[in-house]
Amino acid sequence: MANTPHKRPMDLLRFATAGSVDDGKSTLIGRLLLDSKAIFEDQLEAVEATSSAKGYDYTDLALLTDGLRSEREQGITIDVAYRYFATPNRKFIIADTPGHVQYTRNMVTGASTANLGLVLVDARQGLTEQSRRHAVILSLLRVPHLVLAVNKMDLVDYSEEVYDEIHEEFTQFATKLNVPDLEVIPISALQGDNVVTRSENMPWYSGPTLMHHLENVHVASDRDLVDVRFPVQYVIRPKSDEFHDFRGYAGQVAGGVLKPGDEVVVLPSGMTSKISRIDLFDNEIAEAFPPMSVTVHLDDDVDVSRGDMIARVNNAPTPSQDIDAMVCWMTTTPLQPRQKLAIKHTTRTGRALVKDISYRLDVNTLHRDQETKELGVNEIGRVQLRTTVPLLVDPYSKNRTTGSFILIDEATGVTVGAGMING
Amino acid sequence: MARWAGPELNRFGKDGVVPAMTQTHSDYRLSQLDQLEAESIHIFREVAAEFEKPVLMFSGGKDSIVMMRLAEKAFYPAKIPFPVLQVDTGYDFPEVLATRDNWVNRLGVKLVVASVEQAIKDGIVVDDGKTSRNRLQIGTLLNALEEGGFTAAFGGGRRDEEKARAKERVYSHRDEFGQWDPKMQRPELWSLYNGRIHEGEHMRIFPISNWTELDIWDYIGREGIEIPSIYFSHQRRVFERDGMLLTESEHNPLRDGEVAQERTVRFRTVGDLTLTGCVESTASTIQQIIEEVAIARVTERGATRGDDRFSEAAMEDRKKEGYF
Ligand SMILES: Nc1nc2c(ncn2[C@@H]2O[C@H](COP(=O)(O)OP(=O)(O)OP(=O)(O)O)[C@@H](O)[C@H]2O)c(=O)[nH]1
Ligand SMILES: [Mg+2]
Repeated sequence: MANTPHKRPMDLLRFATAGSVDDGKSTLIGRLLLDSKAIFEDQLEAVEATSSAKGYDYTDLALLTDGLRSEREQGITIDVAYRYFATPNRKFIIADTPGHVQYTRNMVTGASTANLGLVLVDARQGLTEQSRRHAVILSLLRVPHLVLAVNKMDLVDYSEEVYDEIHEEFTQFATKLNVPDLEVIPISALQGDNVVTRSENMPWYSGPTLMHHLENVHVASDRDLVDVRFPVQYVIRPKSDEFHDFRGYAGQVAGGVLKPGDEVVVLPSGMTSKISRIDLFDNEIAEAFPPMSVTVHLDDDVDVSRGDMIARVNNAPTPSQDIDAMVCWMTTTPLQPRQKLAIKHTTRTGRALVKDISYRLDVNTLHRDQETKELGVNEIGRVQLRTTVPLLVDPYSKNRTTGSFILIDEATGVTVGAGMING
Repeated sequence: MARWAGPELNRFGKDGVVPAMTQTHSDYRLSQLDQLEAESIHIFREVAAEFEKPVLMFSGGKDSIVMMRLAEKAFYPAKIPFPVLQVDTGYDFPEVLATRDNWVNRLGVKLVVASVEQAIKDGIVVDDGKTSRNRLQIGTLLNALEEGGFTAAFGGGRRDEEKARAKERVYSHRDEFGQWDPKMQRPELWSLYNGRIHEGEHMRIFPISNWTELDIWDYIGREGIEIPSIYFSHQRRVFERDGMLLTESEHNPLRDGEVAQERTVRFRTVGDLTLTGCVESTASTIQQIIEEVAIARVTERGATRGDDRFSEAAMEDRKKEGYF
């Protein structure tokens, strides 16, 4: 060990679990961590002790991620747990989300930043309403890669027919969704089949193990490197003698590649200028691309402040006060026309009025219900908003950052909706 | 809607010639450490822009030092636009206080020290002789936040540290009593953080949520920044208690049967010296520490933090009350 320097991974994959209650999501994550040796002795001992104290025959691996007292008491996941592990090439950030319908908002939280969605189904039950709902949410969130893990294969005698049936049913359903990349893997989270090691119980399956797939799925091309989008977060003005005239626009690149010399437009004012310099801390850099956090300097003394966006002259989002979006509603008081809410989009905040709810999506059939003019908790629908300030938007399908927003209840301050802009 | 002009021609120069600059990042990929850095810097700037009175909770440990470095980068060349708060337990390692002072002086930030001793004298917290300093820190901290009128407090918590922390949002809402309600956390989508609070409430902000212990060491090594010397191997007089190696100190009298002896050790975390254990180690460089951490079989808190050992939910309970 001593003479082989430890190699640190270069790549990052964020993935989120999804599926109904008890389909085995947390158990799978526990298994993945255990088999990839990311579990420490004290953690495993604690989980073994709890399992035997509860009188279980086996170690409940779900306890490795169900970290809250009430989760362990009830044996379900309530809120997202973030777990980490790494192989020599990749670091993984896992969001283990709850399956219970009541906690859908927490599933949406975990999935919103994922590159890959891992939907579990219990082989004995096949697809449920909740597995469909989660698949719909993952597709609306444009999580670019999807894995369907057919779990608990040990309880169906590792049957190829059962796997084929669920595979077929899901593929059918997925044709109606936006699923660019799908892999279907038969596993047993509890026994470990096809999680990290190839199962000897399913010789009929020739595809990758889950771990192999996670390590190799290609994610680098999922970003937009063409359309320059730089939401200004903060204006840096040192007001010191040394940096007297320093005026930099700090933010995180949301799209495209920025370079000194580029002609740019500042929105919503529409003023044009040229990038004179880009800083990354105390270094001047030749180009900036997503998801770098940098500081941009412009040639002219144009007026730029937080909430503005820097884009290219011939390729810029349109400032708009009329927003058409798919909204996931996340609170018990329903969303209704005429309602007023606060809205946050990139670094811009304003108020929004609900003008219309054109339909509510039935997650089972994907039927668009145009009769019901409201969205209940955990429901998804198409909503038209009018905002007090113009937002600098792109369709969510083009850019996950400039195409998304959150809705905030002005009285409670709580985030109550997640929106994905159509276009 | 937006005009999707397709790939911009000028990205490839006038005559289709690729300018030299483009080649510096031919594949436009950021290492995972750079991605974590970018995410953290984004969080610092977001908080500075949206909150009236942020403060950075600085312990002098490796995580809060990485936070300081990220804050430095986020606002450079301007100074960090908020003060730094340290809760002084009275039982802090002198090496840690020295490093704290170096950082504060170099960056020219304002340091606010909230002393547990003082809080006991002022009757803000009660030292009954049984409660650990760690626990008394909670009341001291909440009082300091309230007195300072701070609306956002950056903490160096990482989700890989402990299972209750694994559940916490980047923006973690605290009520008027400083309490965390793990069953009622706000949804947190994309990188759109919601900083709305009511009078008297505050937000805890965890900008390094997604960093692991190894990421922290990697970053310290890469940046070449100062950390307290006790993280590196050194000789120290220690004694064994509850399976941990604790420092011999006037604050920590030996009990019956305990004997102190000199060993070669280092610390994996730094905290209250009466409760923070060290591990036997000869690692004297960052690279050696990384090698050691990479093959460690016990978590940093499990190995060395007496405060987390009392029960399965020790951290969750302290967090609910308002711990870091
Ligand atoms: N036999 C068998 N049991 C399994 C398998 N995977 C999970 N289980 C069991 O199924 C039960 C539920 O597992 P969890 O991992 O808690 O399910 P979950 O999907 O995380 O549930 P929520 O998070 O509450 O939605 C536990 O008793 C597991 O031991 C499997 O592959 N085979
Ligand atoms: Mg679970």
